[in-house]
Amino acid sequence: MKEMILLLVGAALVNNVVLSQFLGLCPFLGVSKRTETAAGMGGAVVFVITIASGITAAIYNGILSNSHINLTYMRTIVFIVVIAALVQFIEMVLKKYMPSLYNALGVYLPLITTNCAVLGVAITNTDEGYGVLKSMWNGFGTAVGFTIAIIIMAGVRERTEHNDVPEVFKGSPMVLVTAGLMAIAFCGFAGIL
Amino acid sequence: MNKCTERIYNGIVKENPTFVLMLGMCPTLAVTISAINGLGMGLTTTVVLVMSNMLISLLRKVIPDKVRMPAFIVVVASFVTIVQMLLKAYLPSLNQSLGIYIPLIVVNCIILGRAESYASKNPVLPSIFDGIGMGLGFTAGLTAIGIFRELLGAGTIFGLSVMPDAYVPMAIFVRAPGAFFVLAALTCLQNKFKLPSATNVPKADGAIACGGNCSNCSGSVCAANHATLAQEREKIAAEAAAKKAAAAAAAKEAAAKKAAIAAQKEGDTK
Repeated sequence: MKEMILLLVGAALVNNVVLSQFLGLCPFLGVSKRTETAAGMGGAVVFVITIASGITAAIYNGILSNSHINLTYMRTIVFIVVIAALVQFIEMVLKKYMPSLYNALGVYLPLITTNCAVLGVAITNTDEGYGVLKSMWNGFGTAVGFTIAIIIMAGVRERTEHNDVPEVFKGSPMVLVTAGLMAIAFCGFAGIL
Repeated sequence: MNKCTERIYNGIVKENPTFVLMLGMCPTLAVTISAINGLGMGLTTTVVLVMSNMLISLLRKVIPDKVRMPAFIVVVASFVTIVQMLLKAYLPSLNQSLGIYIPLIVVNCIILGRAESYASKNPVLPSIFDGIGMGLGFTAGLTAIGIFRELLGAGTIFGLSVMPDAYVPMAIFVRAPGAFFVLAALTCLQNKFKLPSATNVPKADGAIACGGNCSNCSGSVCAANHATLAQEREKIAAEAAAKKAAAAAAAKEAAAKKAAIAAQKEGDTK
């Protein structure tokens, strides 16, 4: 139990996927203008990463690393194809059976296919040798970390939108400075574990 | 200029992926803690880019248009796997320090972007040179950022001590926040000098999904958007030229009319 909590805190805060590993930077910088859209993106990421971690771990542990087949070197190819197919599949299933959730996540789902955080978590899971459940838990923690980071970012951007920023810092430089300051704050979590 | 050398110039200077197109930001920020890491990552990406450009260009008439994206991804992923195995065998220390970012070359949008916008439409030789140019441009960008961060954060360049002993390294530059600050400074300079850059487009444009501003950009739309952006710029330039021509023609016509009226008046008075 204690180990699981430590894993969650480690994945979400200490090794924050955006601010210390630089994965999923595109949506972090792109979809963080409004808190609501940031939350929507975060929700979609939690959903997809948790499922993708479970399925990729199952494929890796069950098929690829099977001692009779031993295809571990196929990991990258298999994972990227599985993730791309999975996102499409999740989108179709949600559209059919959970239209309200689909409407809430809708636009953000296709954006996730190319989100390097999904592949990154899947690869980290196999590198660390996690089983299926532990992989899902780690994926969930990572995605929660992403959600925390993107919502804080959106909040800061909403507050500073009308601030008097020097001309040359307007736009992306300001966003990056904000991200840097947040990264300093997240460095502080390193002392927790 | 020869087409091949033109592709190389285009990749390194005119459409530099790091400084102008601003693509592949995840590895750019993550691995540039030292110059040697930046160089290694850049060259690894170059190899994958050249190989995938070559194969995709060879297969461009075989791959059906509808499934081209999955096909490209599989091609790129195969080359990434090969390169990763080679690195593991011959350069284990580099493989160790780049770690998870090597398999993640698959999702680097420079590679898919070049496959989609160049290699799938052009013959093999220019595609290879396009890959070399873009790859070297990316390598130059990563190495430059790596040198900058290593110099400030550790006082060394490529592991060689260059700063005087009295210099106290600012360790933050080799840690995560430093990456954001360096990139912020870079985009800031681009704003200041109005350099051509994807983050530096004057105003949002309706036809471009991202408004031509990379801080609004997400994933694979990048490549398509950059293409649209180039088209849009061309269109604006063409429109401006057409307007100018029209204005000139109108002025000419007006002058001709004036002359005709004057001539008529002259005739009348006569």
